[in-house]
Amino acid sequence: MSRRPGFVLEVDKSTPPTLFWDGEGFTLETLPEGSRVIYAPEPMKALDDPYGAIRHALLNPLGDRDPLPALLFAGMKLTICFDDISLPLPPMESPDIRQMVIETVLDMAADAGVDDVMLVAALALHRRMTEDELRHALGNRVYDAFAPHGLLTQHDAEDPENLLFLGQTDEGEDIEINKRAATSDLLVYVNINLVAMDGGHKSVATGLASYRSLRHHHNPHTMTHSKSFMDAPKSELHSSNWRMGRFIADAGVKIFQIETTLNTDTFPPSFSFLQKREWEWNLRDRASYAASSAALGKVPPRMARQIFHSIKSPHAMTSVQAGEVEAVHAVTTENVWAQQGVDVTGQTDIMTLGLPYICPYNVNSIMNPILVACLGLGYFFNLYRGKPLVREGGVLILRHPTRPEFHPGHHPSYIDFYEQVLTQTVDPVRIHKEFEESFATDPWYIHLYRTGHAYHGVHPFYMWYWCAHALEHLGRVIIVGGDPVAVRRLGFSPASSMNDALEIASDVVGPSPTLTHLHAPPIMMADVH
Amino acid sequence: MSTLLFERSLPRFAAARIASSFGSGRGAGVGPLRLIDYDAPSLPGDGWVHIDPLLSGICGSDLATLDGRSSRYFEEIVSFPFVPGHEVVGLMSDDGVGADGQALSAGTRVVLQPVLGCAARGIVPPCAACAAGHVGNCGHLAFGHIRPGLQTGFCADTGGGWSTSGLVAHSSQLFAVPEGLSDADAVTVEPVACAVHAVLGAGIRDGDVVAVLGAGTLGLTVTAALTHLAATGRRPSPRAVLVGAKYSHQQRLAREFGATEALPPHQLPRAVRRNSHSLSFGGASGETVTLSGGADVVLDCVGSAQSISQSLAMVRPRGTVALVGMPGKVTVDLAPLWHREVRLAGAYAYGTESVPATEAGAKKGAAKSKAAQPAEVATPTFDLAFEVVAAHGTGSLVSATYPLARFEEAVAHAGAAGRRGSVKIAFDIRKGHTR
Repeated sequence: MSRRPGFVLEVDKSTPPTLFWDGEGFTLETLPEGSRVIYAPEPMKALDDPYGAIRHALLNPLGDRDPLPALLFAGMKLTICFDDISLPLPPMESPDIRQMVIETVLDMAADAGVDDVMLVAALALHRRMTEDELRHALGNRVYDAFAPHGLLTQHDAEDPENLLFLGQTDEGEDIEINKRAATSDLLVYVNINLVAMDGGHKSVATGLASYRSLRHHHNPHTMTHSKSFMDAPKSELHSSNWRMGRFIADAGVKIFQIETTLNTDTFPPSFSFLQKREWEWNLRDRASYAASSAALGKVPPRMARQIFHSIKSPHAMTSVQAGEVEAVHAVTTENVWAQQGVDVTGQTDIMTLGLPYICPYNVNSIMNPILVACLGLGYFFNLYRGKPLVREGGVLILRHPTRPEFHPGHHPSYIDFYEQVLTQTVDPVRIHKEFEESFATDPWYIHLYRTGHAYHGVHPFYMWYWCAHALEHLGRVIIVGGDPVAVRRLGFSPASSMNDALEIASDVVGPSPTLTHLHAPPIMMADVH
Repeated sequence: MSTLLFERSLPRFAAARIASSFGSGRGAGVGPLRLIDYDAPSLPGDGWVHIDPLLSGICGSDLATLDGRSSRYFEEIVSFPFVPGHEVVGLMSDDGVGADGQALSAGTRVVLQPVLGCAARGIVPPCAACAAGHVGNCGHLAFGHIRPGLQTGFCADTGGGWSTSGLVAHSSQLFAVPEGLSDADAVTVEPVACAVHAVLGAGIRDGDVVAVLGAGTLGLTVTAALTHLAATGRRPSPRAVLVGAKYSHQQRLAREFGATEALPPHQLPRAVRRNSHSLSFGGASGETVTLSGGADVVLDCVGSAQSISQSLAMVRPRGTVALVGMPGKVTVDLAPLWHREVRLAGAYAYGTESVPATEAGAKKGAAKSKAAQPAEVATPTFDLAFEVVAAHGTGSLVSATYPLARFEEAVAHAGAAGRRGSVKIAFDIRKGHTR
């Protein structure tokens, strides 16, 4: 049977209630007649022979790059960098794509007699991965071969000994990246492109950079002028990364980029109803929904969190391409859109979203209120090309518990950002001006980032900046079912039910608004005409 | 004429203590406080006048007394029965002289500086503290021609503010209320004076990180005093004033009074750590338990075992913890104090402060002394308190007033002020004010 594309449903009397994610749970909502529900395209077929496809890509590179074996030689310094725990979401079933690609690269390096090989997790300012997480991403074979010898490292953006300042772009952007990577004869970057904004020059220019570099594109000005992040030509964030990436290439850093795409087969069979259209739910789907909803409703949030974070996604690789960064990324982006794109006609007054339990920065952790804001306004709001799904001045309604809970080890500066910054202002520009530097240079946050598993002190600021475009665009943000104090702290309006939210929204968009629900995850991107 | 009289009664003390275990302020109804007809006290001697109270506040030390939780330390410097009420604005019934030596006519609105020092007690020569203007440190509180009592409101001979029959006050206790200040403003002058004294005695330096723990009347007035004294060049400007305030209205008021940040008390150590750029240790989870650095000065405006412990955990090595809120018998681990060489200081009442002169005074002083630094002048704490009250409108802290007849409700309200969105509760003794 052929794969069905994405679908825009118009709700009528016969439409069953629509599934909304609600953090570590889900619920069914009856949307007003005439509402639209956007469903993701069905998963593309997985590559039959992923190892073979990887090998083929490495031997047949795109753009101005020789096949990988031709770039490998005895005595060279080879550094293999890879995306961190933030990708993919949820973490995929073993073997992880990174493992498959890196094993293949290492086989070729061994064939070429390369001895000096180092693996670097491209953390940017993210938290360090645990041994279990590294083993899952790389496989035991790779981990055991490298980690015990200190050859598996995690990028440390605060280690002056292992950072190299390369210079400034024409726009005055400082470029400071991982020294080992920058001084290698070849830098192989292994990417997982979950969405269109991943990869390209952003891989090295962001993933291996320091705060000194990152501050040039992770700021309110750049984020506000990125429309959208999924549409690189219209993203100032990407423009900055592209300038930096080209500068890095011109500085002599030779990069062999490997990018991969995934299908939207996001949840295991026990939760398959989550990626089905409700009217197509069979008896088993309904039973699964009823049983899981009832069970999740009875367990404490902590246990529900553990249950969900144990999920490994079955999503599979749909493409792999390698070679020169920009040539590779152009093909990758097309492949991402082929899987995730849905044509949508016209904007909407109200956009609704059910936010799930996970985002890039709370894998095996807690989705705190700042991450809720970022997931809703920074990421899901930006899942468009052309125009935002919701019109300017429209309303975004999110569904999420938004509990004021934080992982103290992973998100220490988030706690202080929530208590000490958001209590004073929610304006990204003022936050950037008055508070960023003190958090970014705070010695305790730096200590925890370098030695523990904490996100960098400045990271919550970046999460807030991701929201800047949506904050500027929207007339109001409402969170249904969220902790009222936390929701207000974010500057949003709390609502106890979807009906209440629609009532509140009517103050902004009038009594008969158009409404569109993005039925994600699975991830999709709206091509709004 | 009615008066709230506090008598010595061990059974009632016990009842009050038990009742207060259900919440501060619950002891008023069953404790030693009674509403009775009572004559105004007679004048103890020359220099004394009668005062008709207008408003009289209920303070934390009053609550501790009414709840039977006050330290036994005070037993020898209190005489029974007494009329509580030491935060007083009232009208003079007789002609007299103010603390500054100026003549005051009957009907003048005054606030009471309630400490009963050597001057009030007729002791000549005065003790060293009183001679130096530090009346709060008077060493003669149990001597002289009036019975023991550290302040008006704790002395059997003077009466107190919680009375329609009036009280007596010595000229050394009288400060005329400037025009423009409301009665509500004026009744806050005494706690503001405590705050001013605490701030000036804490050894704050330019650029310091100062933490204020608690945001009841004391914490908020300390915040206002910090802001005003720095703004007028009376004392160095802290880099950050971080206030631990339990309730949202307290956080709002603290910000209005100039706090850099006002946040729940359990978050205060995190804010101190961040603002002092110190490291932290005490848990693999990254929770702040004990700071390696910390605040230069912590002003503890609560005075509980928990607040003192938290203060010691937040202060930097060789920093200062000032106890502004009245503590009682507490159990505290002093290991951090010892190890970090922390200075633990009391901050009680008021007297005379040595502060740089105002602009005009500074020029005059500099001309005289030829010194580069502005001359310091001895200034009554109450004069500085009037400035703070006027600058910040601290009368807005008076959240509710009650007639004496509803004293049980008033005291219960004061005991639950924070929870009930209030700050300062006072008795309204003005004629015609019966609600």
